[in-house]
Amino acid sequence: MTQTAPDARPMLELAGIDKSFTGVHALKGVDFRLLPGEVHALMGQNGAGKSTLIKVMTGVHPPDRGQILLDGAPIHPASPLDAQRLGISTVYQEVNLCPNLSVAENIFIGRYPMKGPAIDWKTMRAQAAQILAGLNIHADVGLQLASCSVAMQQMVAIARATSVSCKILILDEPTSSLDEDEVRMLFAVIRGLRDKGLAILFVTHFLDQTYEIADRITVLRNGERVGEYPVAELPKLALVTKMIGREIRETSFRRNRAEAAEVPKEPFLEARGIGRQGSVHPMDLDIRRGEVLGLGGLLGSGRTETARLLFGIDRVDRGSMRIAGEEAAIASPRDAVQRGIGFCPEDRKVEGVVSELSVRENIVLALQSKRGLFRVLPRRRQEAIAAEYIQALGIKVADMEKPVSELSGGNQQKVLLARWLATDPQMLILDEPTRGIDVGAKLEIMEQMLALCRKGMAILFTSSELEEIVNCSDRIAILRDRRKIDEVPAASTDEQAILHVIAGGQAQ
Amino acid sequence: MRRWVARAARHPLLWPLITLVLLCVFNAFFSPGFLHLEVRGDHLYGSIVDIFNRAAPLMLIALGMTLVIATRGIDISVGAVVAISAAIAAVLIGGTLVIKDGVPEYVARIPMPLALLAALGAALACGMWNGMLVARIGMQPIIATLILMVAGRGIAQLITNGQIITIYYQPFFFIGNGFLFGIPFSLYVVAAVLAALLVATRRTALGVFIAAVGINPTASRFAGLNARAIMFWMYAFCGLCAGIAGLIICSNVKSADGNNAGLLLELDAILAVTLGGTSLGGGRFSIVGSIIGALIIQTLTYTIYSIGVPPEVNLVVKSIVVFLVMLLQSPTFRAKVFRAGAPAKS
Repeated sequence: MTQTAPDARPMLELAGIDKSFTGVHALKGVDFRLLPGEVHALMGQNGAGKSTLIKVMTGVHPPDRGQILLDGAPIHPASPLDAQRLGISTVYQEVNLCPNLSVAENIFIGRYPMKGPAIDWKTMRAQAAQILAGLNIHADVGLQLASCSVAMQQMVAIARATSVSCKILILDEPTSSLDEDEVRMLFAVIRGLRDKGLAILFVTHFLDQTYEIADRITVLRNGERVGEYPVAELPKLALVTKMIGREIRETSFRRNRAEAAEVPKEPFLEARGIGRQGSVHPMDLDIRRGEVLGLGGLLGSGRTETARLLFGIDRVDRGSMRIAGEEAAIASPRDAVQRGIGFCPEDRKVEGVVSELSVRENIVLALQSKRGLFRVLPRRRQEAIAAEYIQALGIKVADMEKPVSELSGGNQQKVLLARWLATDPQMLILDEPTRGIDVGAKLEIMEQMLALCRKGMAILFTSSELEEIVNCSDRIAILRDRRKIDEVPAASTDEQAILHVIAGGQAQ
Repeated sequence: MRRWVARAARHPLLWPLITLVLLCVFNAFFSPGFLHLEVRGDHLYGSIVDIFNRAAPLMLIALGMTLVIATRGIDISVGAVVAISAAIAAVLIGGTLVIKDGVPEYVARIPMPLALLAALGAALACGMWNGMLVARIGMQPIIATLILMVAGRGIAQLITNGQIITIYYQPFFFIGNGFLFGIPFSLYVVAAVLAALLVATRRTALGVFIAAVGINPTASRFAGLNARAIMFWMYAFCGLCAGIAGLIICSNVKSADGNNAGLLLELDAILAVTLGGTSLGGGRFSIVGSIIGALIIQTLTYTIYSIGVPPEVNLVVKSIVVFLVMLLQSPTFRAKVFRAGAPAKS
């Protein structure tokens, strides 16, 4: 780890940054320093002001007040392009590249090497390969980007960002869709860049990753800077406490199993041998009222596919299902909704929220669709329902008529949860409900989920974080290679045991 | 009061309305008698009535088009559907004047209501075909409807045997030329369709369902909406609207021309929808806006003729005006001009 003297001259310094949007004071006099040759983690809950701060640095939003100094000289970036010219490059959460072009083209897009009036393809490829090699990546630069893994696309974005004269690299949630190996690869690249003297700002929700890669941490809360700390001086628990501003018990999201007593639980959904050609192998699943069934497994083990089958997004082509004791065929999400099932999908943006519709309209959408075209919910009822869930789930929104896209990720997730709760469902399928949202919101969502469960709802829960599954579930169905390989009661198992099963051993 | 003004300024219909009013003010100055209305016999006459009357087919098609565009689609076959509907009506009605017991009487080949139903049924079927291609098979809307746009003219020609068919049947002429309580009958048709749509989109959940499907079809489906069925029926409805427009056009000119009836009407309809403030990207839509859009186009056409723009350049003039209107209505453009006009911040 390169130790930088705390009084080294910062590469980028923000002093007293203030930024307001209509009615929201997003940043309140925030100071921030980024030193050369460090990886600096920016931490905070959703809505703490992380994104706004980044947008101020990269010229998306000009600050209302305050100064930005680059290498000691004041700058006023007017656009992301402008910031890039000054040496501040950003790689966003959603990779911002052209999937239909090749890797090399994506690296050089907008500044192709020319040979007379024509693009010099040969030079371009050679240089692209060289740039990637500089990041220790060896790949065919002629491949179409869409055919590369998300991790590779991320690398291409980084290669693109660092191949222009770049002093500062901002990585906004770069790891949210990567698996562990890919994260390791990305971190190797980041360390390489840091050692070359780049100043790297890293934004993530993953605490472990922060501790793995960062040198220093700046914590924001409610638009204010809580403080700036060397990683070694800020234990995890202290960090979380600073982020959410209150003490949490480390065990608070381990559920109280005494509560989940041995009440006989009647099954809600019984699946026998359901599967789908090319998707998942036939499996049996029982999901009981008042119980959380966790689906555990590695990335690509068939968790999402199973959830999609149960909700009718993909059609089951073998086996049978009984819902509440009745033979039932679910051929579409509509059928599933009519039978009292709700589904919070993994990809909130594409499959969840209807971005331009208001928070109110998003909340009542599933209920209205369950009621059909003609039994319209009167506006008053809609408002009452929306208000009820905004309050119950603690959705942070000033006005329920605002488009849902203006909300932060965690709040959008809560809107989705509200959408289903409004339909009074018998069963909820939650596919990665806590992905990309901060610790505080995560706890709240999990607590709410368990509260619903106590009231008799059946829950199917999938997550890529095994720890979360072990903590929240009553029983865990373990998947591997699109096959259910085991089912264990959660109370008598832990992460290690499940990994052991996945790795091919037997449950102890 | 001030709040009311602020709300009006943000109302999506503001700019379309301003455009229409500006066009009318221009006409009032440059063509005397533009605003003049008079009751002659029991009919209301005047340029404005004329504009409304002539805009009727376009308004109808724009209504159907609005819903299709709101689902993130487009239907470029409406012109061809106009031709098909007109051809069927003309061939089935035909019509002759016979003298029966010394009384002249018009005789249709088959009863007119049946002929009209057949024409509308065919138009509906055309729309359902488009809907099937887009919603079931998953074709790109522009390609799916391009098929019928090209084939439809051929079908219309087949029906009319390649001839321009003239109709000799007085009662049929009422649809496109008749007056009811002093007002052109075609406007009642438009009003009826408009009212039906307003009820359907505001009194039922259809409006929000259409917008949801247009904004995010996947998420809508996952929320339990039958996104495909919604898309399908919007195309079907659009076809039906084109069919009604076909009847009005056919009745108006008392003939059916497979080649030219409704030619390029699809483009005017798309333009009307856009002028009315509905985004081609789907989602939120404005039905009343599309009516205003259609009126803007018809008023513009009227203006160009009435101020005597030479016929060889009138399309150029029209396109320039449309271009300017589009700029004026673009929030991005207005923001830019406004900012450039404001004093620069130090």
